[in-house]
Amino acid sequence: MSITEAEARKVAHLARIAVADEALPALAAELNGILQFMEQLNEVDVEGVEPMTGVEKMRLKRREDVVTDGDRQEAILRNAPDAREGFFAVPKVVE
Amino acid sequence: MSLNRLTIAEARDRLRAREITATELTDACLSAAEGAGALNAFVHHTPEIAREQAAAADQRLASGDAPAMCGIPVGVKDLFCTKGVPSQAASRILEGFRPEYESTVTQNLFDAGAVMLGKLNMDEFAMGSSNETSVYGNAVNPWKLDDRQLTPGGSSGGSAAAVAADLCLAATGTDTGGSIRQPAAFTGTVGLKPTYGRVSRWGTIAFASSLDQAGPMTKTVRDAAIMLGAMASVDPKDSTSADRPVEDYEAALTGDIRGKRIGIPREYRMDGMPAEIDALWKQGAEMLRDAGAEIVDISLPHTKYALPAYYVIAPAEASSNLARYDGVRYGRRARLSQGDGITEMYEKTRAEGFGHEVQRRVMIGTYVLSAGFYDAYYNRARKVRALIKRDFDQVFAQGIDTILTPATPSAAFPLGAMTDADPVQMYLNDVFTVTVNLAGLPGLAVPVGLDAQGLPLGLQLIGRPWDEGNLLNHGAVLEQAAGFVAKPERWW
Repeated sequence: MSITEAEARKVAHLARIAVADEALPALAAELNGILQFMEQLNEVDVEGVEPMTGVEKMRLKRREDVVTDGDRQEAILRNAPDAREGFFAVPKVVE
Repeated sequence: MSLNRLTIAEARDRLRAREITATELTDACLSAAEGAGALNAFVHHTPEIAREQAAAADQRLASGDAPAMCGIPVGVKDLFCTKGVPSQAASRILEGFRPEYESTVTQNLFDAGAVMLGKLNMDEFAMGSSNETSVYGNAVNPWKLDDRQLTPGGSSGGSAAAVAADLCLAATGTDTGGSIRQPAAFTGTVGLKPTYGRVSRWGTIAFASSLDQAGPMTKTVRDAAIMLGAMASVDPKDSTSADRPVEDYEAALTGDIRGKRIGIPREYRMDGMPAEIDALWKQGAEMLRDAGAEIVDISLPHTKYALPAYYVIAPAEASSNLARYDGVRYGRRARLSQGDGITEMYEKTRAEGFGHEVQRRVMIGTYVLSAGFYDAYYNRARKVRALIKRDFDQVFAQGIDTILTPATPSAAFPLGAMTDADPVQMYLNDVFTVTVNLAGLPGLAVPVGLDAQGLPLGLQLIGRPWDEGNLLNHGAVLEQAAGFVAKPERWW
């Protein structure tokens, strides 16, 4: 498989990273180099092997269904690039 | 001897004997750190916090009830969130971020009385093997080759440089594919990646959550045992933190490995491996044999597929973890043009905020997770990962106690040497270490010798899951037999 410029543009958009048109050929070439390295995985017989999801079989921990945290709006907003009236502020989303 | 050159064990004994104070020890480290700007290891100094913590440690020492890490000055990798102190994973996108909370690892260390000197340089989001992807500029290895500056390795390059140069007694590191062990080997220091789940990941900025594990970077194996005991915990805030009591790892250092079976995996003998590394590996095996262990040839047949599997899985997890950096809740937002909407805000913020290597990995991860490629890349890689783990399970089931391998395929290389190389060339640095992360095992890098150019070389010991005590005991035997005492000559 190899990535075309159009696919590189699509990946960049899915990743929400702006890439200038003139940078797309180099990006596609780089991604192809890495994907080529991954092609080695096709040599392995994985018939009947379950994909590994964790290193140790353990049940996901559960905790009591009670409120243990919250009521700290100020702390949560303190690092926001733009916070107003208790909210995170962003450019207009809905026309 | 200046106090900053002490090991944790030496300092602990002298602090408890009231021969020195935590304040004196901390001042010695603060001066060493302030005078080492040329190494670019510390990227945020926290002298006020350090002095306050040292004073508190002195009170605790006076009361006679002080844990081993009480009064011990450490450096903290920039990946750990530290309350009120910049924690930006060496990334531009987290510029100005000061966490409102403390990571479990740093909280555990502070509860044990440790003193924080500041934050340490690293590769951006822990992605790199040379510390050259950092927004702060690269850290520099205290070891030099003629007049050439060398990489301290990565991603925990600042931690390794700071420990090797005696700017602190020890440092925290994190290891996703070799980021503790490779820099330790490049700087003649000791680095331990614990079993996945031994140390809480809560408050440590995530790279690849199924692989990330924090661990100690120290001057000796004993120090790694002491520091692991303080870092490890059972943490309800991390659902992958294991429900296993933390052991007394220092007590496991008996120096007796008679009758232990040590595996030498034949697949780790790579084509083109420098003869010096091969020779060092043989010497290491002989040292362990002389100490009474049995050396056994073993096979880990899927070893060669570990790197390609890793470079699917780690970027896939990174692309998901790094989705949170969107310019809304923390960090840096790009300056927007008139009429820019929220998509432009995301795209410009991430293009400006992430460095080249991080962007590349996020995009690779996005690609392998995207519709149509998920099975071909991501699921296949996870199946290969299962086979890599099975290789280890089988040799341990055959009675192997630990596995001995080289730590790195070379000694430290000059800064800039890999700038024009294919990214895959840089990934090869992890060839001996990455299997351990994929299988979730503990791995320990121990300095064993110097190469012909006078640079440190290390070996790696791999242990059974949750067997850090035994692993560290093997490491201590190797350390003792190798007698590595070389230190870089001060030039900074």
